[in-house]
Amino acid sequence: MLLTILAQKKQLVIPGELVAKGEYDPDLNVYKDGENIYSTMIGIFESRGNRISVVPLKHCYFPFVDDIIIGKIIDVGMSGWSVDINSPYLALLPATEFGARQNYPKRRETTQSLSVGDLVKAKIIAFDRSRDPLLSARDRGLGKITHGRMIKITPSKIPRLIGKEGSMINMLKKESACSLSVGQNGIVLVTCSSPKNEEVVVELIKMIEHEAHTQGLTDRVSEVINRKLRGVKTGKA
Amino acid sequence: MIDDKGLRLDGRRPDELRSIKLQVGVLDNADGSAYIEQGKNKIIAGVYGPREIHPKHLIIPDRAAIRCRYRMAPFSTEERKHPAPSRREIEISKVIRESLEPSILSEYYPRTVIDIFVEALQCDGGTRCASIVAASLALADAGIPLKELVSSCSAGKVKGHVIVDLYDLEDKYGEADLPVALMPNHNLVTLIQMDGKLSKEEFEKAFNMALEGCRKIRNLQNDALKRKYKLESDTENSKDSESKEEGK
Repeated sequence: MLLTILAQKKQLVIPGELVAKGEYDPDLNVYKDGENIYSTMIGIFESRGNRISVVPLKHCYFPFVDDIIIGKIIDVGMSGWSVDINSPYLALLPATEFGARQNYPKRRETTQSLSVGDLVKAKIIAFDRSRDPLLSARDRGLGKITHGRMIKITPSKIPRLIGKEGSMINMLKKESACSLSVGQNGIVLVTCSSPKNEEVVVELIKMIEHEAHTQGLTDRVSEVINRKLRGVKTGKA
Repeated sequence: MIDDKGLRLDGRRPDELRSIKLQVGVLDNADGSAYIEQGKNKIIAGVYGPREIHPKHLIIPDRAAIRCRYRMAPFSTEERKHPAPSRREIEISKVIRESLEPSILSEYYPRTVIDIFVEALQCDGGTRCASIVAASLALADAGIPLKELVSSCSAGKVKGHVIVDLYDLEDKYGEADLPVALMPNHNLVTLIQMDGKLSKEEFEKAFNMALEGCRKIRNLQNDALKRKYKLESDTENSKDSESKEEGK
């Protein structure tokens, strides 16, 4: 028997707030104590069918296997690189997982291909509670990042930036003619041919981050695109 | 200490709290922060984490370690406080940490650390309680998963009267002081200390008054958190209505 949902959809909830009572399934950022379901974060309440969850307004990135992330090299070792992936855990990118080389590389080779401060796009191939995340950059589209602009946003807003089946991100890509690559850890890379478009895209990403929990966001984003990007285009023509 | 009308030195009734001002997100560089003014107390709390732990031997394999440092500014008291950490500060750091630990879902982030820093800028009695209130808000502001906020309030005895939320003079010249921290939803007391003497009846009365104080402060904490994050969504709502008006 289901009982009541106490919070409204999209309502702001805080830690310890009672959001539902009864046989619901606690999903992300909520916990069940007897019959009561409480929020654990400051966030926006969501319920989908039987599942109760809270989308946090602010949190730190927790690695998941198969996530594509963008990280920064902070140390070069004998067998690989230590990578800061914007989470409490330091990731390891083994030398064998970067590029095509299978052999055990020499130090000179590791520093030559990636040195401290470089950015890489990589995939998390292994992570559990007892070990640091392990990265791989051997898939298509992964590897060293050579140019573009890096923006940090709250990782919990990444799904909104991507949108339903990529609707939001595809709209941004199409309208601005920029290439966007999104790391699940809250780092977005924008590469544009025109600096003006880049500015607009950065502004839009910030806007999406700030207004992620409001409704009709896609419409407002497309309105800004119309005003700024199309305006830029017609101005040129 | 208590006059004929039953009012205290600062004019409060025995069951009246000092005025409290709470503000969340006051620091830019910390992950989360909060500021509390309780009477003349002024305390700021900052939280970092969960983050990588150094030195590595402090790692706890199945949950996040929690570190807390409470510090009094040299200008916080009437007589200059020597800036070196005192016995009292070390004790209060430990007490704050232990009263917040049950509320933090630290098993979500194993092998990491959560750092809590509390700076008492001006002290007027009951700073450990005020610090717990501010630190708990700062934890929530940092996006750390919590079972619920921790509230804290003290009670005590002055000239035979049981009173709540003691300030400096009452603490110094009173007969007893009883700080309590509470997680109201769980009805869980996370801190209880006592110095001085109370009879069994007085203790029960004081304890219940302190719990009542905690519950009142909890409401203020909730309001402070919602105020900060509502502000953000409110500006968006006003944008919404503006854009709608433009549409019309």
